[in-house]
Amino acid sequence: MPETKDNRARSRDSVANTLIVSIVLSLVASVLVATAAISLKPIQERNEEQFRQKIILDVAGLYSPGADISELFSGIDTRMVDLASGEYTDAADAGEFDAIAAAKDPLTGINIPPADDIANIKQRARVAPVYLVLDGAEVTQVILPIYGSGLWSTMFGFLSLDPDGTTIRGLRFYEHAETPGLGDQIDRSDWRAQWVGKKVFADDDQPRVEVIRGFVDQNSVDAVYQVDGLSGATLTGRGVTKLVQYWTGPHGFGPYLAILRSEESADD
Amino acid sequence: MTDGSRKVLIDPLVDNNPVTLQVLGICSALAVTTSLLPALLMCIAMISVTTLATGTISSIRHFIPNNIRIIVQMTIIASFVILVDQILRAYAFETSKQLSVFVGLIITNCIVLGRAEAFAMKNKPGVSMLDGLGNGLGYSLILITVATFRELFGAGSLLGYKILPLVTDGGWYPANGLMLLPPSAFFIIGLLIWAIRSWKPKQVEQSEFQIHEVHRTEVL
Repeated sequence: MPETKDNRARSRDSVANTLIVSIVLSLVASVLVATAAISLKPIQERNEEQFRQKIILDVAGLYSPGADISELFSGIDTRMVDLASGEYTDAADAGEFDAIAAAKDPLTGINIPPADDIANIKQRARVAPVYLVLDGAEVTQVILPIYGSGLWSTMFGFLSLDPDGTTIRGLRFYEHAETPGLGDQIDRSDWRAQWVGKKVFADDDQPRVEVIRGFVDQNSVDAVYQVDGLSGATLTGRGVTKLVQYWTGPHGFGPYLAILRSEESADD
Repeated sequence: MTDGSRKVLIDPLVDNNPVTLQVLGICSALAVTTSLLPALLMCIAMISVTTLATGTISSIRHFIPNNIRIIVQMTIIASFVILVDQILRAYAFETSKQLSVFVGLIITNCIVLGRAEAFAMKNKPGVSMLDGLGNGLGYSLILITVATFRELFGAGSLLGYKILPLVTDGGWYPANGLMLLPPSAFFIIGLLIWAIRSWKPKQVEQSEFQIHEVHRTEVL
């Protein structure tokens, strides 16, 4: 019956039907998407939180697959540090803190002068969290969040230090987009293991630890500051050096680490 | 299952594969195949989206105004993609982190819109869903093959389990770093297309034009 078919096609293409279909479809689609997003949000946030906690436990050497992350993490005290003074602060809540968002907000972030910006991140937050690994009441490790530019991407990671803030206990990146097979060797466990025991600061209290090109000469007096380069990943390695030096340096956690050092020597 | 619907389901696996015959969906095939686990998750996401979207589009095909049909199809596809993405983030968090934007990019995958426009708009919901499922499976077949090659020869493992002991860990297999870089997916897909077309010569395309042979007399 060509006539009814024709009528149907005409009414389907009418302005009224076009409007009705688009409005109904938009409503149904937005309800569907919004319901999914809102109902799954608590689970997603718990995943994010657990992922962050897992990485922190891993850099502290406390994580093993299958362990109860929340329970292990209860042995870690999270504090906020005012980076300029190096003192602990209650100005921001560590649980809600987002370093990148805080860096971009003019109220909570500052622009880094280009001369100081060796990690090439342009802004940073005024405050930053530190994670204190506790054994009873005693702090056994201090874990700092660090990030900076590699070859392609911003690399996000954690650096674990002894309580006096001078010796590295671990380094681990959890988010980056460096070249697969070359730059992403920064995730290699044997390479990460090399960082353990390295000294951060030279005698003049400036950050000295670095990724060199080629292999470290273990007999050299500088070996304690040096980590093997990754072949094919010179620029990623340089990025790692710069961001570790930035965050342990005077513009990063330097003042905080200086306080840790002086407290430790006062104890001696 | 009738012969017709079986054909709709089976055809896209080899005979009318969306990746190797139609050469669609290549971008994500490069990006998510460095290892098997994210590739599997991507396949599940893709199959769910093609099946659900073609089914939905087909069941309302009589109401969709012709002049806004692509927008309507995109809206439906995008909603399902967001839905799948949210579910993956909730229940497969770490693997979905590796997939990053590529689940979201299923929205722009030509295979989904192609099946919606070419098949679901003209057929009943049941058979449209089979067509979507078949095309999702055809895409998955290629993705899983490519990911198996790349993870095995690039990292010496499958699903994270060591198969070939690497030289860096004291074994005998020197990892092929090229396999982890995007171009290797091109090589593998190219070799697959070659293999399938040698097996089924019907898939070989006719040249669109013949190169004119130049004779000596013409040059002079």
